Amino acid sequence: MSLHLITLKNGADLDGFRRAVRWLMAEELAPQHILWSLDEAPGLFGDDDLHDAPPVTLPKSVARLIEMCVCHSDPERYALLYQLVWRVLNGERDLLEIASDPLVHRIDMMARAVRRDLHKMYAFVRFRRMRTEHLERFAAWFEPDHFILEAAAPFFIDRFRSLDWTILTPIGSMRWDRRDLTFGPPARREDAPDEDSFEEGWRGYYESVFNPARVNPTAMRAEMPKKYWRNLPETAAIPGLIQTASQRVDSMMEQEATMPSKRTPERALEAMWDQEPKTLEELNAIIAKAGPLVPGATQAVFGEGPKRAEIVFVGEQPGDQEDLQGRPFVGPAGKLLTKAMAEVGIDRSKAYLTNAVKHFKFDQRGHRRIHAKPTTGEVKHYRPWLMKELELVRPRLVVALGATALLALTGKSTPISRSRGIAQFGPYRGYITVHPSYLLRLPDEATKREAYEAFLNDLRRIHDLAEADLDTGELPLAAE
Amino acid sequence: MDEKLSRKLRILADAAKYDASCSSSGAGGRKADIDGLGSTTASGICHAYTPDGRCVSLLKILLTNYCLFDCAYCVNRRTSNVKRAKFSVDEVVTLTIEFYKRNYIEGLFLSSGIIRSPDYTMEQMLLVAKKLRREHGFRGYIHLKTIPEASPWLIEEAGLWADRLSINLELPTEQSLERLAPEKDGASIEGAMAQMFERIEEAREERRHFSPAGQTTQMIVGADDTTDADVLRTSAKLYGHYAMKRVYYSAFSPIPDSSAILPLKSPPLMRESRLYQADWLLRYYGFQVEEIAESAEKGMLDLDVDPKLAWALKNRHLFPVDVNQAEREMLLRVPGLGARAVDKIVMARRHTTLRLEDVARLTSGLKRAKPFLIAADYHPNKKLDRQDLRERLIEKPQQLSLFA
Repeated sequence: MSLHLITLKNGADLDGFRRAVRWLMAEELAPQHILWSLDEAPGLFGDDDLHDAPPVTLPKSVARLIEMCVCHSDPERYALLYQLVWRVLNGERDLLEIASDPLVHRIDMMARAVRRDLHKMYAFVRFRRMRTEHLERFAAWFEPDHFILEAAAPFFIDRFRSLDWTILTPIGSMRWDRRDLTFGPPARREDAPDEDSFEEGWRGYYESVFNPARVNPTAMRAEMPKKYWRNLPETAAIPGLIQTASQRVDSMMEQEATMPSKRTPERALEAMWDQEPKTLEELNAIIAKAGPLVPGATQAVFGEGPKRAEIVFVGEQPGDQEDLQGRPFVGPAGKLLTKAMAEVGIDRSKAYLTNAVKHFKFDQRGHRRIHAKPTTGEVKHYRPWLMKELELVRPRLVVALGATALLALTGKSTPISRSRGIAQFGPYRGYITVHPSYLLRLPDEATKREAYEAFLNDLRRIHDLAEADLDTGELPLAAE
Repeated sequence: MDEKLSRKLRILADAAKYDASCSSSGAGGRKADIDGLGSTTASGICHAYTPDGRCVSLLKILLTNYCLFDCAYCVNRRTSNVKRAKFSVDEVVTLTIEFYKRNYIEGLFLSSGIIRSPDYTMEQMLLVAKKLRREHGFRGYIHLKTIPEASPWLIEEAGLWADRLSINLELPTEQSLERLAPEKDGASIEGAMAQMFERIEEAREERRHFSPAGQTTQMIVGADDTTDADVLRTSAKLYGHYAMKRVYYSAFSPIPDSSAILPLKSPPLMRESRLYQADWLLRYYGFQVEEIAESAEKGMLDLDVDPKLAWALKNRHLFPVDVNQAEREMLLRVPGLGARAVDKIVMARRHTTLRLEDVARLTSGLKRAKPFLIAADYHPNKKLDRQDLRERLIEKPQQLSLFA
């Protein structure tokens, strides 16, 4: 059988190779009958019918490997890849799993070299700002080992999407104008700017992070081979750094420990430890400054009530109304709570009302802001503030309204139904009941009334507990 | 770039360089928005290497090297007479953005000396991160050093802006901490690590952003007399309790104007490198810390051979291992076979029988592996019993770089 000559374009000619593979497989031509050559503008196979050969289906891993290896500069790459394809399609479908096979090994090494080249390009391209008058434009000169320009483009677009940049290389150039990518002809080093105002600062940084006591140029060269140095502005510092390293270390070691030139700053040290917020106002200022730790919210909604309230009620999070007014429990659920409190004789103005989460988390649906339940992690983000708040109010009794409040007070998720009633929250005597919004959500009137009665009963016990003489620990409650 | 800023940068980069970590890994793949800047890749990118072989991936700086703490090993302790400087929040933001646009860096690693109070310092660091994310749409990597003495709510905020958080334990034992870092307290460090661990795990489950690249820490090696075994026990505890992504080991290195209570000698680089290898065995090779401790001499790792080889030499009765038969767990224990080589062996032998030359294509450590393994056409015979096996396998002295 005679040899078939197949000519592909210089560079990474993935399309050409694909077409060739289709035709060769259709003709059942084995690798040993093919001669691969490269040309600037090939006439392909000389016969236009060849375009129409049916597609060939390859395992994904093989297809990916081909995409990588066509970028390699080795002129043998297509021959090797076609051997791989031939074997995979002739009974060795899992060939790539045999990494010890000489062909697979060689192709793996090629892919590795291309990946390394890409990685080094991502690492070592150094943009310089072009001397354009208005627009900020950047350009870089880089010399890759393989034909990786197209393969590298997505990385630079993903990273510098909002910048206008050009990368010039001896094998071609590409420009991203913040919208489109265009490829251009090979360039010369002189086409790129020859300086940038930040390079000196960068070189200074590079010099300063070097530790002369650990000098190890071999390790450096293994990762940053010399061939890259001429295009890296920082490498100008290398010879000097290596030369002076041992002398710098010697002088550090010879130097006697010196006496501190400043007095021991006792007052500053004392002040350093005095950082805790001392009042609710200070704490609230910290919360306001931090901003929401959940998505949504226009403002933080702080706790409200007397500084030394006997009872603290902890809810879930502010709702739509609370978020707009900046006050807790002023929406429908808050109104219900206020009414219930009044019915059992708890004066709302004497209690301290707050929320586990200080911001309104919501989903925007058209014009409506729909309450979104805070996740466990989000509730815990707010927990340190709640703990501090309780520490500052020092109440006799802390009431958890609903499961989120309970989670915030205990740090653990527990269902309300199982723990409803008297509790202990760290150093605080506690009580667990439902959130008033639960009462609003119940479907029928009868259950609603029943649940409301149970809620009133809880509030009565809460009222009594708060009045109880805590010194004796006696509870004025009837045993159940 | 103006000269004053350049000067500050030199001081505050120099002050930050004793932190070994510069990694930009673990944040997953993230891309810039239409108007934004920056992306992250799974394993990070090293943009340069300094002549100590270390990678420069992030702009690693201190906000300030003024410090009220007085940790003996630290170049920035309050009693040191080094030059001091302080960046403004905007200066750090500008440097990060401008360096990033030129493709010098993957992002920012910000740490700081403690000024005024731990809370104040931490708030300033948070301001930098927030400004980068919010005002510049910055989607590159941010690593924030957490100050364990700061109020807990600041940690809750930090993870929302950072890709990675870290607190350096620095000293592996409570006694050393008391002696060399009087303002620090082991309990508050561990408390903060536990808090970060919980939030990181919760956020991962809830698919929210909270320090997605986890937390790391660092221990200094050679500033006190802690043994390697004890250092590794501390590491094993940190990996186990707080799911650390990495424990970094930093050979104690002479610093300018050093404290009189610490040894002034060359950094124990080989020891540091052996600790990294042992650390790898804990994380990727299924070794228990006590197995490594038992094969060490008086708690110190063998400096001449790597810790896996040291272990194998003391457990020769478990070898040789057949590459075509042995369980993956046992192959991982063969000196010279890395985890990737083992995976390839396990996959390849489903289709073929491996000869020695096949194994040679899968690992660069065949010389070390040969006495310990059997292939289709190869048996080590009595090699394993040789008295001088250790001597024959000693590597030529070379400095290893593990900061890939």
